Amino acid sequence: MTDRNDTVTPVIGLEIHVELATETKMFCRCRNHFGDPPNTNVCPVCIGMPGVLPVMNAKAVDYSIRFALAIGCEIPFFTKWDRKSYYYPDLPKNYQISQYDLPLSRQGKLEVPLSDGTTKTIRVLRAHLEEDAGKNVHDNPAHTGVDLNRAGVPLLEIVSEPDMNSVEEVMGYARTMHRLVRWLGVSEANMQMGHMRFEPNINLHVTRDGTTYKTPIIEVKNLNSFKALENSVAWEIDRQYDEWRSDPEGFTLAKLGKQNRGYDDATGRTVLQREKEEAHEYRYFPEPDLVPVTPDAARVEEIRASLGELPLARRQRYVDEYALSLIDADNLTQDPATGELLDEAVRLGGDAKRCVNLLLGRGAALANERTCTIGEIGVTPPQLAELAKMLSDGEINATAAAAVFDEMVAGGGSPRQIAESRGLLAVTDSGQIETWVDEAIAGNAQAVADARSEGKKQKKAFGFLMGQVMQKSRGAAQPAEVQRLLQQKLRS
Amino acid sequence: MSNITDLSALELRDAIAGGEVSAVEATRAYLATIERTDPQVRAFNEVLAENALAQAQAVDAARTAGEKLGPLAGVPLAVKDNLATPYGKTTCSSKILAEFRAPYAATVVEKLHAAGAVILGKTNLDEFAMGSSTENSGFEATRNPWDLSRVPGGSSGGSAAAVAARQCAAALGSDTGGSIRQPAGFCGVVGFKPTYGRVSRYGLVAYGSSLDQIGPLTRDVPDAAMLTAAIAGHDPKDSTSLPADVPDYLSEVEHPIENLRVGLPREFYSDALDAEINAAIHAAAETYRNAGADIVEVSLPHSRIDRDEQGKLSSYAVACYYIVAMAEASSNLARYDGVHYGHRTDEAVDDIIQLYSRSRAEGFGPEVKRRIMLGTYTLSAGYYDAYYNKALKVRRLIKNDFDAAFQRCDVVLCPTAPTPAFAIGEKTGDPLTMYLADIYTISVNLAGLPALSLPAGLARDGLPVGMQLIGPALGESTILRAARMYETASGTTRLKPPMLSE
Repeated sequence: MTDRNDTVTPVIGLEIHVELATETKMFCRCRNHFGDPPNTNVCPVCIGMPGVLPVMNAKAVDYSIRFALAIGCEIPFFTKWDRKSYYYPDLPKNYQISQYDLPLSRQGKLEVPLSDGTTKTIRVLRAHLEEDAGKNVHDNPAHTGVDLNRAGVPLLEIVSEPDMNSVEEVMGYARTMHRLVRWLGVSEANMQMGHMRFEPNINLHVTRDGTTYKTPIIEVKNLNSFKALENSVAWEIDRQYDEWRSDPEGFTLAKLGKQNRGYDDATGRTVLQREKEEAHEYRYFPEPDLVPVTPDAARVEEIRASLGELPLARRQRYVDEYALSLIDADNLTQDPATGELLDEAVRLGGDAKRCVNLLLGRGAALANERTCTIGEIGVTPPQLAELAKMLSDGEINATAAAAVFDEMVAGGGSPRQIAESRGLLAVTDSGQIETWVDEAIAGNAQAVADARSEGKKQKKAFGFLMGQVMQKSRGAAQPAEVQRLLQQKLRS
Repeated sequence: MSNITDLSALELRDAIAGGEVSAVEATRAYLATIERTDPQVRAFNEVLAENALAQAQAVDAARTAGEKLGPLAGVPLAVKDNLATPYGKTTCSSKILAEFRAPYAATVVEKLHAAGAVILGKTNLDEFAMGSSTENSGFEATRNPWDLSRVPGGSSGGSAAAVAARQCAAALGSDTGGSIRQPAGFCGVVGFKPTYGRVSRYGLVAYGSSLDQIGPLTRDVPDAAMLTAAIAGHDPKDSTSLPADVPDYLSEVEHPIENLRVGLPREFYSDALDAEINAAIHAAAETYRNAGADIVEVSLPHSRIDRDEQGKLSSYAVACYYIVAMAEASSNLARYDGVHYGHRTDEAVDDIIQLYSRSRAEGFGPEVKRRIMLGTYTLSAGYYDAYYNKALKVRRLIKNDFDAAFQRCDVVLCPTAPTPAFAIGEKTGDPLTMYLADIYTISVNLAGLPALSLPAGLARDGLPVGMQLIGPALGESTILRAARMYETASGTTRLKPPMLSE
């Protein structure tokens, strides 16, 4: 795809806007809730009436600090609010309360797992708090409506350094961030509800014949899905290279600077946005209606102590301690609850491998049916531990265990009781098994002959006879005992 | 019983509590005075007679039922029309809010309700409190009851004139650069701006948010103490309100301060000052000396007042104030855009930008537009550091000067304004000269300090002269006691404009 041995390096940074899962808005006590009828979660403060004043939501600050600590940010002991001015109907005050030069956190980093099993460190420049705007609603050709339910919802803006060099890295960063904010409980990060929005900035460093050219930096505005993010970045990389190729001296950052583009969902392409007549002039200045935020060191430490194990660390621990594959470990670390269930069951004496198999087998299937996480399906650690132990002790076989698992989820109860009442416990009584073995031998003369032979049919025939016994026991016979008795009878 | 409207708010409160006067009688007496005098004075944007009488009846009923009465029960008051009331309009004397009805009450209005006060109506102001004469009202100019051809000062000119003209027992105003004290001085009443944050700003329509403060205009100092006590205190709705306890100002006000140290800032007494005002302030200092106070010289170098080569007054503080206030104003007034509420143009528009600019062009008056443009300019990229940031540094220096001065004195004594009330129309052609009417008051707002203006006698043409007492942060009690000492010693109090004796 490249000409003349050009080396093309995409340079990509990402701004992520995350709506925080607070009960109420950032600067008033209106409900922070998606999907209500227009303009029902509003009050004089969030609709910007004359004379009203903002009052900071301390929970939003706590959530922001929680997030910032999780990515290793510095928390300054003094941060403040600023007003960012621009006129738009969905911004009732015509300024947004944001943070300009002294954000709540800065200098963090995120380890992003890549498909080759390695990780890449992406630096986070800053994460600051601000209020979201409302929405212009274009559902009537005669006029534009304004819904201010979202106006004033706390928004965390996370700005990365331009450390990403491929679509894979961008997607890895975005998905890791998505998992992290949900893991920490600071955001529902529901993409359909617009809880998480992306603005990537992309350009290329192209080296041709020893000279490096930089293409213009394109910021793609307001992306609402992972697919849009992936498509727009991939499209931009191709588009910028094509544009540059046709005009290597003209299509450069030096000549064209930075540009904004939008994204067209229908075509998967980015489109040039109509440039505003004047350059953006936000006229930031300190918000006089709010006092500076001075995070208390003790409170910060309290939040730090409450962070617990983070997803990437837990994933690595599962690989190391439970000898899981990276994929299995990853599946178990989508949310904190699944791992907590697993770890507690292991602590109660369940075999790790068997617990994991139960969770990733029927657990994952049931979670999928119920569109929840494995940790949320309703199995308790003692149930899981007991079922794993029964498997280890040969008291139940894998097929029966799956049935018990489903029953536990459906109706609760101890796995032993369920297995007993359903007759799913393994039959270890040698007398009973011997009867079944004798019946199988009596009824399958050809297979018995094959199994006794030294020929290549021996193995298959033995398996067939095992199957016959298991069938007679309706799966309940302990396989090891069946095998022992069958071998003994065939030799005799 | 003497004329009800000649009683102070405190005396009236006690008379109502004692059953000598009913709240309804008091309210009717004030409504009658408004009806008689307001065609000339034009202090009120809106008189809420029915509402006021209903509030008064409730007080009388509560008294008859033997219920405990609030500290302002039955006292008829006026509030500046930039304070949100849940009844009537809240216009800020601006065409852009000419029909605006607030669906909420300012915290101070709620506190007045809780104290049992009766709200007679909303008083005129310079549009959005931007001005020093009330001539910038989008509706009409208020007249000074001492001379109807002169301004009452501003921006709380309506409140000051109403108190002077006995149209209300007392009033609330707001003070961003002198807007309570300067009109109080011009109208011969007491005007008190408490410490920034002492009184909640919730429901005060913002002009310069880091400077705005609500306070009372009254006929004497004890009334100022009583009203301040009623409205002060922390408010969870205003993050910048101070969490300090509110002292009992009214019981403290009658205790003179022993060994009071009164500071005279040397920078305020240059040849820039009007001779009669200079004489009045020095006479006041003499009154303090005779009452046992020490008079000490203090220095406020960054509030210094000079004359330039053309003989015009100048001051760092004025420059600093107008940069900070206009920057904040340009942002605070951005919300009046014709989209969500307030005036929207009737003209056909092509797009949203035209809707904004037409609505704003029609709704705002020239002084408001000037301040929005200047404020927008000083916050723009490339100018921020040269103007706004530098102004913040000067602001800090001004505050440091006061901190140093209060090491040497308890209160600073200085004029309220460089001249007595000027004629209507005299300064409207020259905004810069108008801005200098605040030259003695604005450094107080920049430093966030409490300051009170009280009458220091009458000057030429029988116009009142105001003197100003400035105290340290949260020094409200000290100022009120010092002011009461002067009021008692001089007997200059409850001045009555000649128009009322006719």
